[in-house]
Amino acid sequence: MGGMTLPSSDLVTHGRVLVVDDDAALAEMLSIVLRQEGFDSRTVARGDLALEAVRDYQPDVVLLDVMLPGRDGIDVCRQIRAESGVPIVMLTAKGDTVDVVVGLESGADDYVVKPFKPKELVARIRARVRRRERETVESAPEQLTIGDLTIDVAGHAVQRDGAPIALTPLEFDLLLCLARKPWQVFTREMLLETVWGYRHAADTRLVNVHVQRLRSKVEHDPEHPEIVLTVRGVGYKAGQG
Amino acid sequence: MAPPTGAVRRAGSGPRRALTFWRRSTQLRVLVSTLVLSALVVSAVSWFLLRQTRDGLLDHRVDAVVAEAGSETRDAEALLAGASPGDVDVDKQVRDLADPIIARGLTRGFDVVLTGPVDPAPGATEVPSSPQVSLSTAGLDVARSVPAALIETMTQPGAAPSWTYTRVVDADGARPGVAVASSVRLPADGRTYVLYLLFGLDEEQETLGLVQRALLTASVLLLVLVAGLTWLVTRQVVTPVRMARQVAERLAAGRLQERLRVRGEDDLARLATSFNQMASNLQRQIRQLEELSRVQRRFVSDVSHELRTPLTTVRMASDVLHDARADFDPGAARAAELLQHELDRFETLLTDLLEISRFDAGAAVLETSEINLGDVVRRVVAGTAVLAEQRGVRVEIVDATAPAPADPAGPADLAPGGAAAEVSPDDGPSGRACLAEADERRIERVVRNLVSNAIDHADPTREGPGVVITLGADDAASAITVRDFGVGLEAGESAMVFNRFWRADPARARTSGGTGLGLSIALEDAHLHGGWLQAWGRPGRGAQFRLTLPRRTGGTLRRSPLPLEPRDAASPGSPGSPESPASAGSGAAR
Repeated sequence: MGGMTLPSSDLVTHGRVLVVDDDAALAEMLSIVLRQEGFDSRTVARGDLALEAVRDYQPDVVLLDVMLPGRDGIDVCRQIRAESGVPIVMLTAKGDTVDVVVGLESGADDYVVKPFKPKELVARIRARVRRRERETVESAPEQLTIGDLTIDVAGHAVQRDGAPIALTPLEFDLLLCLARKPWQVFTREMLLETVWGYRHAADTRLVNVHVQRLRSKVEHDPEHPEIVLTVRGVGYKAGQG
Repeated sequence: MAPPTGAVRRAGSGPRRALTFWRRSTQLRVLVSTLVLSALVVSAVSWFLLRQTRDGLLDHRVDAVVAEAGSETRDAEALLAGASPGDVDVDKQVRDLADPIIARGLTRGFDVVLTGPVDPAPGATEVPSSPQVSLSTAGLDVARSVPAALIETMTQPGAAPSWTYTRVVDADGARPGVAVASSVRLPADGRTYVLYLLFGLDEEQETLGLVQRALLTASVLLLVLVAGLTWLVTRQVVTPVRMARQVAERLAAGRLQERLRVRGEDDLARLATSFNQMASNLQRQIRQLEELSRVQRRFVSDVSHELRTPLTTVRMASDVLHDARADFDPGAARAAELLQHELDRFETLLTDLLEISRFDAGAAVLETSEINLGDVVRRVVAGTAVLAEQRGVRVEIVDATAPAPADPAGPADLAPGGAAAEVSPDDGPSGRACLAEADERRIERVVRNLVSNAIDHADPTREGPGVVITLGADDAASAITVRDFGVGLEAGESAMVFNRFWRADPARARTSGGTGLGLSIALEDAHLHGGWLQAWGRPGRGAQFRLTLPRRTGGTLRRSPLPLEPRDAASPGSPGSPESPASAGSGAAR
């Protein structure tokens, strides 16, 4: 079973979505819905073919099922993340905390629990694509510091003492959001809105896991964070100095 | 009940531990009682034996000494009879009489005392006041060795020879002895003298001491033997019983593979065999049940998961149809709508089933953070505003944590249509915010469940608010109550509302399409937090649900800041008992 590209409509597409799911009916249905919403899509039914498809298709968003033949979704996620910052949304049949956290820790930006409402999924895909578009447009030269880190906003790069630190676009956005207003404490809900672009009712676990992932990359000692501080009972803020 | 202080407990522990050991150890009890009984019997036997031996020894000795004394006296009398009748020298005659006896006594081990005269001189009637000692064995303490009673007896005229026990006191000390007395008439003055022969009982005492020591040694050895035997015998009986007890305890603790070791074919071995059979049967049954329940839970979980992928597809297909229903003919359009609605219901049911199966499998995990129940309640009220409006029910929030009349507008009313933001978002001047360390997602689900349930059952025709939510807090706990003024609950129903798929009236219409699992899940969620979820209800007077959460994770609840029974219901009939009999015992330790 190879990849299958739907005949892209003559409409200008809002973005390209790679669907990695072994359930043929669901994959086809996803394609139909995505096309209706103006996305171009391609489906891959096996985990071991996903990485190749990402290189070949250059999608704006990847929808990734957790349980896949050929290669586990978690592994696929790590593989893609190793060479690309493309937004990944996990599709999982288990809403259990452990599964969600494992998925997010392997590098996914977001997750949707089956059965999801198509509109919810589309909203999340849009949020991811929009962010990517805005990132490419937004290019005013801006230099920020947080802790001993230097953020080059236009260049999308974070450096410590001249050494670059590799962050995914989402982690970069999270750090940027905190660094821009170092005096402000952000609740998890505020971060969900600013960084993920969700207005309401998304899972705050998203924030927790991403903060942890970010800390493991930028903190000297993730157990005693100095750059992303927890404000007990409220949320997070940027560390001073 | 105040716990005893450490000092008191320590002081009382020694004797109490001994007492406990006494109560618990069959072996000790059997051993001690056997020992006590044996000691009693052995003592009695020893005492009897000693007495018999002593009596026998003494009788024998007394017979011998009396005979010896008799022969000595006869010899003396014969000697006196042989003396010349003209001899009137009393002193010489006395010496002649006594000296050979004293000399014999020294060699044969008896002491001699000669006293007298004891009768009045011829012609005189006056008896000498005290008979003076004429002669005695050298070194003998006469006054203490010869008993006064014997002297008294012998001073009677014509007294027969007699004997008595005494203590012979001489230079070597005192020793038990026998005193034998007989009268002798001295030819020189024709008056009566008394001859006392004092025989020591040294040999007899030695023999008696020997017997005593032998008896004592034998008794001690016998007691040790009895103790050893008892200990051995009870050990043989008690040890298997103890092992059986230990194994039974381990079985009870869930270590079902534990078995007794079977040795031999005696009664105890057969007991062990039966015990093991019982354990095996139990183990098999429990394993079967466990396996069954595991398989079932697994099955429910699998089914739920397997249903999810096709359900997602169906869901999307239905959405596509639903969005396009304007192009359909009326029948098909309505079908698309129904499909959409029922899919919603199906989804909710599936989610609830999955959640319940997660609880059953013990896989539910808490993600706690500091949350404000007031915020949760306001969010839920805002979220259920549409439902409340449809039902025509007004929802009111009363913050019992706020100082009573601080807000002149009174508790914020939420008109149908849900202007939820009327309550100040922070708790403002309230003494204590309704805070708890809890899993916000779960608590919000519990509250949403209670509120939508209350809206469902509220009476829309009633004046005033149809649903009242009260917030309360103290140092140890935070609580909310959700009250509706609907049909209420029958007696006994307040416990059943938490049962899965339970409905008060099977014939009653389902309005909001609840799954029937909502309250069960809410109860599980409350228990997961170490909290309580309880229900109160009276027919025709509505129902009230109370959720109580400990302020800190792992805290234990003793009381709730809010009464379970609403104030308006408590006034008539049952005065003020906060935990009415109708309250569900769903709270405490589970």
